[in-house]
Amino acid sequence: MKKNQSHEEFIKGIWRDNPVFVQVLGMCPMLAVTNSAINAVAMGLATFFVLVGSSFLVSTFRHLIPKQVRISCFIIIIATFVTIADYTLLALVPAVHKELGAFIPLIVANCLILGRQEAFASRYPTKLAVMDATGMASGFLLALLSLGAVREILGDGALFGINLFGENFEPWVIMILPPGGFLTLGVILLFFNWFKFKKDEFLEDVAAAERSGN
Amino acid sequence: MNAPKESSSPSSLRLVLTLAIAGLVSGVAIIGIYETTLPTITENKARELREAVFKVLPGVSQMQALVYRDGELVVVAAPDKDEPVIYGGYDEQGDFVGYAMPAAGPGFQDTIALLYGYKPGEKIVVGMEVLESRETPGLGDKIYKDAVFVGGFSSLSVEPEIFAVKKGTKSQPNEIDTITGATISSKAVVRIINETHAQWSAQFPAPGFEPQLKITEPADAEAEQ
Repeated sequence: MKKNQSHEEFIKGIWRDNPVFVQVLGMCPMLAVTNSAINAVAMGLATFFVLVGSSFLVSTFRHLIPKQVRISCFIIIIATFVTIADYTLLALVPAVHKELGAFIPLIVANCLILGRQEAFASRYPTKLAVMDATGMASGFLLALLSLGAVREILGDGALFGINLFGENFEPWVIMILPPGGFLTLGVILLFFNWFKFKKDEFLEDVAAAERSGN
Repeated sequence: MNAPKESSSPSSLRLVLTLAIAGLVSGVAIIGIYETTLPTITENKARELREAVFKVLPGVSQMQALVYRDGELVVVAAPDKDEPVIYGGYDEQGDFVGYAMPAAGPGFQDTIALLYGYKPGEKIVVGMEVLESRETPGLGDKIYKDAVFVGGFSSLSVEPEIFAVKKGTKSQPNEIDTITGATISSKAVVRIINETHAQWSAQFPAPGFEPQLKITEPADAEAEQ
């Protein structure tokens, strides 16, 4: 039972409660840095590190943090992790850091992260909180990657900088520009809602069939 | 588990202490990561600069920073903050080759920072490298991705100044073809170089009287590592 629950906390972040496609959180980095797959992955990993790290700490110290100052404490913890991620990226991959620019410090303001601390990590045991954070962060990473990959393939004819279609491909430049982000995100959100609609319809049909069968 | 449940509102002292401890731990962590990564970051920046200087001045293998003080160019080890710096490039034998000039100015979206190589003897630009730009991906970013445009700066006269002309109409040694679809960005690059050149041209010593290379370069030690 216990194992099932932590498994469930992990899976929900990837699909059912995907932070981007279902909860529509973290739109700012989502649209801004997904013009190439590598940027999307770097942003996703930085967010992953911050979210899992802060969820771990918040959940571990949840009984020590007085309720009145919890938001300030969460922000201090998150900001520390973001600064660590910022300097680490700057030292290890300066080129990627340059591309992401101001969006790394802005991870602090990503409502996905503060939201998980308030809604989950501060109320549940450490193990579950880490599972939840890992799931949500993986969902965020996958969402960024899918958007980044689509935009880079269509807008640049490449994936992770590797040319896919050869010389004659005419890049669809608008896909790397901001409108391309909105277009791609819109299409993906459309798919998720359509899927949910179909699923509900199917469940209703099944329920109706069962009722009439009886 | 039990402390916060005893009273519904904890004392102010506890609130203050919690925040103070959180801030203290956070501060220590940030200083730690700053101190750990600083050497790598400084090294990366220095290496990037060296590579850019060697790229815009072909044939150069040694460099030193130069600043303009009291009416002449002087060699400095560590320039003051906010002081405009240029770099002198020297070949294997330590002979002067040209200047690497950092320049910056407004582009289409944000400041474009670049470095260009200049040979005062022939009065030509011999190379250009964009260091920082946020030009439109796919269009304006051709100012550093388009090999033909960048190559156009490998021998470009600055007399009387560089002119950006429509693609394929270059006929004079001081003209450069702009990029189709990135006219504003390519013109910005030309304007930045022209402005920087106008600022500095009066401050260069006569050709042949450039500052000598000081043999205090830690370059070789660094290269061997």
